[in-house]
Amino acid sequence: MSRLAKGGLIDRGRPLGFTFDGRAYQGFEGDTLASALVANDVRLVGRSFKYHRRRGLLTAGGEEPNGIVTIGAGAYAEPNTRATTAWLHEGMEAVSQNRWPSLALDVLSVNQLFAPIFVAGFYYKTFMWPKSFWEKLYEPAIRRAAGLGALSGRPDPDSYDRMHGFCDLLVIGGGPAGLAAALVAGRAGLRVILANEDARFGGRLLSERQRIDGQSGPEWAGAVEEELRALPNVTLLARTLVFGVYDGCEYGAVERLADQPVAGGAKPRQRLWKIEARQAVLTAGAIERPLVFAGNDRPGVMMASAISTYVNRFAAAPGRRAAIFTTTDSGWQAAADLVAAGVDLAAVIDPRPDLPAGAETLMRAGVDCLGGAMVRETHGRNLKAITVVRADGRTRRIEVDLLGVSGGWNPSIGIASNLGARPVWSDALATFLIDRAPPGLRAAGAAAGRFGLADALRDGADAGIAAVTALGRTTPTPPVWRSTEEDTGAAPLWHVPGGKAKAFVDFQHDVTDADIGLAAREGFVSVEHLKRYTTLGMATDQGKTSQVNGHALLAAATGKSIAQAGTIMARPPYLPVAIGALAGHHREADYRPVRLTAAHDWAVARGATFVDAGLWRRPRWFARPGEHDWSETVRREAVAVRSGVGVCDVSTLGKIEVHGPDAGLLLDRLYINTMSTLPLGKARYGVMLREDGIVLDDGTVTRFGPERFYLTTTTANAAKVMQHIDFARQVIWPELDVQAASVSEQWSTYAVAGPRSRDVLRTVFSDLSLDDSALPFMGAHEFRWQGKAARIFRVSFSGERAYEVAVPALLGKALMEALFEAGLPYGIVPYGTEAQTLMRIEKGHAAGPELNGQTSAADLGLGRMMSKKKDFIGRALSERPGMADPDRPTLVGLKPVRSTDRLPAGAHLMPEFGTPRAADDQGWISSSTFSPSLGHWIAIAFVRNGPTRIGERLRLYDPLRGAEGLVEICSPVFVDPEGSRVRG
Amino acid sequence: MRIPCPYCGNRDSSEFSYRSDAAPVRPAADAPVAAFHDYVYLRDNPAGPISEHWYHAAGCRAWLVVTRDTRTHEISAAAIAQEFVR
Repeated sequence: MSRLAKGGLIDRGRPLGFTFDGRAYQGFEGDTLASALVANDVRLVGRSFKYHRRRGLLTAGGEEPNGIVTIGAGAYAEPNTRATTAWLHEGMEAVSQNRWPSLALDVLSVNQLFAPIFVAGFYYKTFMWPKSFWEKLYEPAIRRAAGLGALSGRPDPDSYDRMHGFCDLLVIGGGPAGLAAALVAGRAGLRVILANEDARFGGRLLSERQRIDGQSGPEWAGAVEEELRALPNVTLLARTLVFGVYDGCEYGAVERLADQPVAGGAKPRQRLWKIEARQAVLTAGAIERPLVFAGNDRPGVMMASAISTYVNRFAAAPGRRAAIFTTTDSGWQAAADLVAAGVDLAAVIDPRPDLPAGAETLMRAGVDCLGGAMVRETHGRNLKAITVVRADGRTRRIEVDLLGVSGGWNPSIGIASNLGARPVWSDALATFLIDRAPPGLRAAGAAAGRFGLADALRDGADAGIAAVTALGRTTPTPPVWRSTEEDTGAAPLWHVPGGKAKAFVDFQHDVTDADIGLAAREGFVSVEHLKRYTTLGMATDQGKTSQVNGHALLAAATGKSIAQAGTIMARPPYLPVAIGALAGHHREADYRPVRLTAAHDWAVARGATFVDAGLWRRPRWFARPGEHDWSETVRREAVAVRSGVGVCDVSTLGKIEVHGPDAGLLLDRLYINTMSTLPLGKARYGVMLREDGIVLDDGTVTRFGPERFYLTTTTANAAKVMQHIDFARQVIWPELDVQAASVSEQWSTYAVAGPRSRDVLRTVFSDLSLDDSALPFMGAHEFRWQGKAARIFRVSFSGERAYEVAVPALLGKALMEALFEAGLPYGIVPYGTEAQTLMRIEKGHAAGPELNGQTSAADLGLGRMMSKKKDFIGRALSERPGMADPDRPTLVGLKPVRSTDRLPAGAHLMPEFGTPRAADDQGWISSSTFSPSLGHWIAIAFVRNGPTRIGERLRLYDPLRGAEGLVEICSPVFVDPEGSRVRG
Repeated sequence: MRIPCPYCGNRDSSEFSYRSDAAPVRPAADAPVAAFHDYVYLRDNPAGPISEHWYHAAGCRAWLVVTRDTRTHEISAAAIAQEFVR
């Protein structure tokens, strides 16, 4: 055990059992998986991506490249999780990744022996030929060898929530600067959201031994947190990662609510936040830069700041005998932390010739403090020793099992470049900073390069004051905090030459110094090319520890300054976000809303099978016991309608009221035919075009008053047509005095169709005159039923005598029941969309498959409906030669020459003789059905010059499904071409 | 992204449907086909502010003329199209 005897922000009274690769260990409440592994002396936590090298923990934060594990079992397994930010819980099961058969013995580590061929661009260069090998052989093999953790392949049992947040100031990061900013703004009454990735507020204060106003860092952070919690205008979001900045001051964040699986998904595991912030301050701190030297990836080499975190915050010593290799003053602080914790510190190696002030104390404690020196090499499977080279060239071997490294600090500015601002290099701070932040966002504290604690506190408070002032409030007095003084000197060292082993830049993707040199020699001299060629920064850690080192090495290799070479911009998300969190509730049955008609339950009780029609659920057919397949059911329903009576719920059709003195004029401009001449109490079929001349939708228009029209649309296009009408009346012709409102939800409508339909209606509406003189074909009435407004339309889609009755939706189910009961003596059947489709194909009516966004009115055989006397939307462009070409495929009917042949929709039509060629394509079948009326299959199709070719034969061509045969072109109206049945 | 609807206030862009550039004006009924062709198909592609038609489909159902900067997506104004003086 490497757990220190005392200290740390862990609750020793609450031990937690967990397993790693099947072995049982114990940690404490407050541990991360990583700190618990450190405390249990687990050094090896993963294998690298390409070479399968042994890797230990490098960091203690979200930037971790090595400690990537799968947590949980079965469907709850969450792969590619960073051990450093996974909060330990009782019973946690963690498994290492990317190794086979076990972490200690990984067969694929032989890849290292072939390292000379696994250079940058290896995949591009090697697996090129032959092409067919790629899919079948190379890619599956590479994926098995190089894959990270695997998904369970089972449905995610967790549930995810979604929230919208609104605030005056969003503070991103709850370290000293973030707490200062939130406190100033919160005290001034601003609505503040403080989001902190960590479960605990305090940031670096939790990892270091700083003091503020006489309090320890954690005490001070705790007191500030307490004050913030008491403010009603401040929302504290712990365990919440702000992962991206979006247009218009919008921020995406994900809150981890539960680490453990929640039984049955009863409570959400994570919550996605969309935060609207008038202003935001980025106080996400900084990430320490590794140093690039031979063997810098051996387990036991760790960031100096991570050592401080493990020792101070988690009371866990990552080694027994340590050395620190640092180019920064902060690295010396880590050295002091080790000494204070009682860990044997052998040496501190600093390439700078002049040692910082803290060195003297350490020297007195017996630590070798070597200025002007570098670590050239490391030794051992897990770290056993280091080779140090002095300024005079002498080398020295030091036995250590822990090496802390510190190469400088990179502000965590990832999300600040989301909207396209490229970070700029600061020579003074030797790091990239935000130059042009997105509107409303500024960085403060270490994220702005203010690495000293006092400086960061001041900067955070300033950001809070600026936010208050920007809202026009009285400028608050800045609070004064007295904190430990610290040195923040740093001198960048990009590369240590002379070592034999590989020196890694990107630990997760195994990119070495040599790969970057190779990329430069091969001409990949821009940072963007470097990234794609070497995959630097493209792993799940997105190069948080590697990007800047890689770009500095590229700059050196190409003779540029780092400022000239530049760096890349980051896309969201800053850290991986579970797809489940983004999907939220929108999955499976709740993927989208479901709209049910008023008579839905009635249809369910009648055994309906449903189909999705847009968001609606419509009865497709009503199978009876003993019926073997759906086609049998549908034919029975259609025959029942044609010989007796049926009832169909057509409530899903779009319905729009258009009122006003100019209503008729507007409709004339919307429809290709004239509507202003429609007599009162009459309905008319109409077609709308898009302005480019393609059919938008069709339906009926009924006039109930001089200034009162009622439109129907297809189910699918209801919203689109409403939008189209609003555009016409609000934007194109705003001078027209006309209003339009959607009433699709308000009316429930039922089609009662068949020769006995009138008999049924007479029973239900005994007061209503249904004589053909009073209500002829295409007539309409308003009346009252059960004291409420009702409407009846004599329109027909089936070709039979038919009526559509509309009542307020609340009465819908009652009307359906009444119609059905009244129809029983006449053998009424409920019928669904399939029987409706069958009958409309028999009548040659166009529907969805014909109104497919490619057809004109003339294509549908409705060219003569287009009025020549008025302007309407789509008129002008319908006159273009290509649109008016008679050779365009036009709607006709088809029947099979051999009466038993089936006609599949989607089949193409070729000349009767000769080999079928695409160039000879004559058209295609849009809708087809077996016709019970005719006893064979029929189809409606689009055929070039079709209406002039009645009687001609064509060859059915459907290689996909193998259908073939001859068809004859005929009129699309197969049943009752005279229309005598519909008129009665 | 939020759009300041003059009726409904600042609302999430997911409530709106985008149409296109608001500049083209439907030609008069007697204009040549070429004028309709330009109206339907020809669009400027400015780098900078542009006026566009957005429909508040999940709100007041008003068509708006929204001024958006194509470089930053910053929305500087939104007016009711019916009242918008071209």
